[in-house]
Amino acid sequence: MKFDTPAGPNPIDKGRVIGIPHDRIDGAAKVTGTAAYAYERHDAAPNAAYGWIVGSAIAKGRIAAMDLTAAEASPGVLGIVTHANAGKLSKGNMNTAHLLGGPQIEHYEQALALVVADTFENARAAAALVRIDYAPEDGKFDLAAERLNGVIPPQGFGGPADTKAGDFDGAFAKAAVKVEQTYTTPDQSHAMMEPHASIAAWNGDKLTLWTSNQMIAWSVGDMAKTLGIPKENIRFVSPYIGGGFGSKLFLRADALLAALGARQVGRPVKVAIARPQIPNNTTHRPATIQRIRIGADEDGVIDAIAHEVWSGDLPGGGAETAAQQTRLLYRGENRMTAHRLVTLNLPEGNAMRAPGEAVGLLALEVAMDELAEACGVDPVELRIRNDVQFDPEAGPQRPFSSRKLVECLRAGADRFGWNKRNPKPGQVRDGRWLVGMGMASAFRNNLTEKSGARIGVDGMGKVIVETDMTDIGTGSYTIIAQTAAEMLGVDLDQVTVRLGDSRFPVSAGSGGQWGANSSTAGVYAAAMALRTKLAEKAGYPADQAQFEDGLVRMGNQSQTLASLAGAQGLWAEDSMEYGDLDKKYAQATFGAHFCEVGVDMDTAEVRIRRMGGAFAAGRILNPKSARSQVIGAMTMGVGAALMEALDVDTRFGFFVNHDMAEYQVPVHADIPHQDVLFVDELDDKSSPMKAKGVGELGICGAGAAVANAIYNATGIRLRDYPLTIDKLLKAQAA
Amino acid sequence: MTSDHVTRRGLFQGGAALAATVPLMAPAHAAPSAPASKGTPMTAVELTVNGREVHLQLDPRTTLLDALREHLKLTGTKKGCDHGQCGACTVIVEGRRINSCLTLAVMHDGDAVTTIEGLGRPEALHPMQKAFVVHDGYQCGYCTPGQICSAVSVLEEIKAGIPSHVTEDLDKVAFSEDEVRERMSGNICRCAAYSNIVAAISDVAGEAKA
Repeated sequence: MKFDTPAGPNPIDKGRVIGIPHDRIDGAAKVTGTAAYAYERHDAAPNAAYGWIVGSAIAKGRIAAMDLTAAEASPGVLGIVTHANAGKLSKGNMNTAHLLGGPQIEHYEQALALVVADTFENARAAAALVRIDYAPEDGKFDLAAERLNGVIPPQGFGGPADTKAGDFDGAFAKAAVKVEQTYTTPDQSHAMMEPHASIAAWNGDKLTLWTSNQMIAWSVGDMAKTLGIPKENIRFVSPYIGGGFGSKLFLRADALLAALGARQVGRPVKVAIARPQIPNNTTHRPATIQRIRIGADEDGVIDAIAHEVWSGDLPGGGAETAAQQTRLLYRGENRMTAHRLVTLNLPEGNAMRAPGEAVGLLALEVAMDELAEACGVDPVELRIRNDVQFDPEAGPQRPFSSRKLVECLRAGADRFGWNKRNPKPGQVRDGRWLVGMGMASAFRNNLTEKSGARIGVDGMGKVIVETDMTDIGTGSYTIIAQTAAEMLGVDLDQVTVRLGDSRFPVSAGSGGQWGANSSTAGVYAAAMALRTKLAEKAGYPADQAQFEDGLVRMGNQSQTLASLAGAQGLWAEDSMEYGDLDKKYAQATFGAHFCEVGVDMDTAEVRIRRMGGAFAAGRILNPKSARSQVIGAMTMGVGAALMEALDVDTRFGFFVNHDMAEYQVPVHADIPHQDVLFVDELDDKSSPMKAKGVGELGICGAGAAVANAIYNATGIRLRDYPLTIDKLLKAQAA
Repeated sequence: MTSDHVTRRGLFQGGAALAATVPLMAPAHAAPSAPASKGTPMTAVELTVNGREVHLQLDPRTTLLDALREHLKLTGTKKGCDHGQCGACTVIVEGRRINSCLTLAVMHDGDAVTTIEGLGRPEALHPMQKAFVVHDGYQCGYCTPGQICSAVSVLEEIKAGIPSHVTEDLDKVAFSEDEVRERMSGNICRCAAYSNIVAAISDVAGEAKA
């Protein structure tokens, strides 16, 4: 099916199953520990040997010599994979650095060997005996020092590197009120709970990989390319994924090395990347330097806005597109954005939840707070005044498909009690706590991706859906089941959903908050095809048949799905692809974050006291799981504001705090109850589901609301994230 | 640890590499544990896991976590960091929750261990498991067994009058959401279902807000 005209009324509008806050259908498996994750497939590979990765101890250079003698003689060792014996390997299209390094070394902790042994303990002990002599080379590790060497990066998901409209310089020079500031955000780690893990087994030249991966088809393709074997010979199975946030978008070292290890030792091999290896071995969200200039009139109406971003990556890598939202969020006839990329020899930078906007809004929405203060306009009102109902770079001929930012701002402010905020900083006290409120707009692009599924009815009238879509905690199982149940007129418990297997039709996968809308639209397409088949079999015109209560009805005639499917069952497969509605219309999701913090007057400890927001993201397919996505993302925004930073050792080129004790993320005690309101919206230009993404919207702007609340509480404006106690105390003393 | 563990250790030492001799509520294929490795002396360990006795011959470096996951194939207990930093491996040993990655299996000879599989099954959920489903107290599910084992223990700890960092009156240890947040802070949820987890625990404690 092709979606190239706005959706009219369709079976999803019934809202009998879709839009209802159902419990997750995979819930019982998850709460009882019976959902088997990648490393746990004793059923599939009962005799798997254990692999342990040896990572590089330098950031750049060469292996001068590698001595495996002691490791090979260590108890239980079955084999050791290195570049010298792995055979010819290519690099996947989505990988920046090679997953198995040597003799060239591209980054610290790049995998250089896999030690395979009969037990986990033996593999780990033997890995410590691998001796590598290095010939190190100088590298570049300091973004700030390299800033002036930035070049125009290649175009990625974020669109062109640079954009402009009107005459920014001229308009900014003349503006009555100006904000001009530079903000910095650090490297961040996904820190998903399940480490990257894979079990590989070969059967002749056929490889099966039980793994933890967000994008099955991408990664099958990259495994095929890396090994130089046909895609058809590779099967990926990834039904449960213990978190991703972008870290598992790509083929990683666990998958490749498990495959190589299994080939070498002639039996299945399981590999997990050890937690302390993850931040340097895998990808991270790159640090940014962001310069923002806004020129407005005395009422805060923006005439000129500019956002420039610098970030770094390995040679061949990409930029952190942090100016993306600034192209679409606020009015202003004179504008420019620019991204510059510098070469750094740190580990590979790549997508983490809401790449671009998550850190872009940490800067832009603080700049807006600064503008509000400079103009003496309430921060909510300032954003309402600068709302724009079309793409401000393209002009009124490119309207938004739907845009309810103002509704979110008003509803969120009401619910939070924003009118109780004292606009003057440092005025409100609660015992030893300085109390402040802050807010920020939320914005995240809406992407749609081609997605396929097959759907069948068996002789019992039960419905089965198969797609290589993944559920990384996002609730895919449940919303796909809801879609199938709605389309075929059955109850949710009549639907079985099978995900994450490369033998199933290729889906959009989980990334860029496109997964929910795109994958359910693919199920919609397959279900429409099945409805046609069922109606034909019943002898009813397909456009008149009604699907309800397990029946296909026309007028007062009806037949059961079970009888029509027969003992053989009846299946249909299709995919949804997209025309140019995303070119004709700007498509995005919107929201407003509100936060109240307390800052200890002596220690500068920051506590989140209250947090809430209102969000518009098209049809909310399952309000229960969608709310969980939003509060989870808000929490990650709190992490970005207050604590998360990979600290770079600029001498040796690695992230120093590379585990879950030293890379701090929010815990229970950091997070109060969070309030989420979904503003009613249907977006008929996004897909037949009339939904948009919601998985990343919640992080976009959340951290800025925290930063603005800290300013309101203390009068201290910090522009270097995270906003830690040491920085607050230093500013307080100054 | 029971007082007769030395005797029992002696009894099982030198026996054939033994597996769980009972199904342990694990899948029916719960097969022999990994064979003894060449050159690594094995140690006999007896545990009572989810109410059933199991006898293992283990490499003494084996953590309790890996004994459960790799040898007994009770993979409900998760390995998130293997360094006591995340809480995903939380199990209940002798009535107290611990990080099973931070303790060697041989240190628990004779001990009773309760894992997530011992609390309930999909068709017969423990009230805490049920509450996590109803309140959506999870997303990816990987920290969930640890959260649930911790949550069950937290309610026991409060009932037993064990104070925490946020207890204001040491003589009156009582349930509160702040107590829950403090006591659960060793269990990281990166999907950050925290707000929902607190709701689930409050529900089980009979403290649900109307």
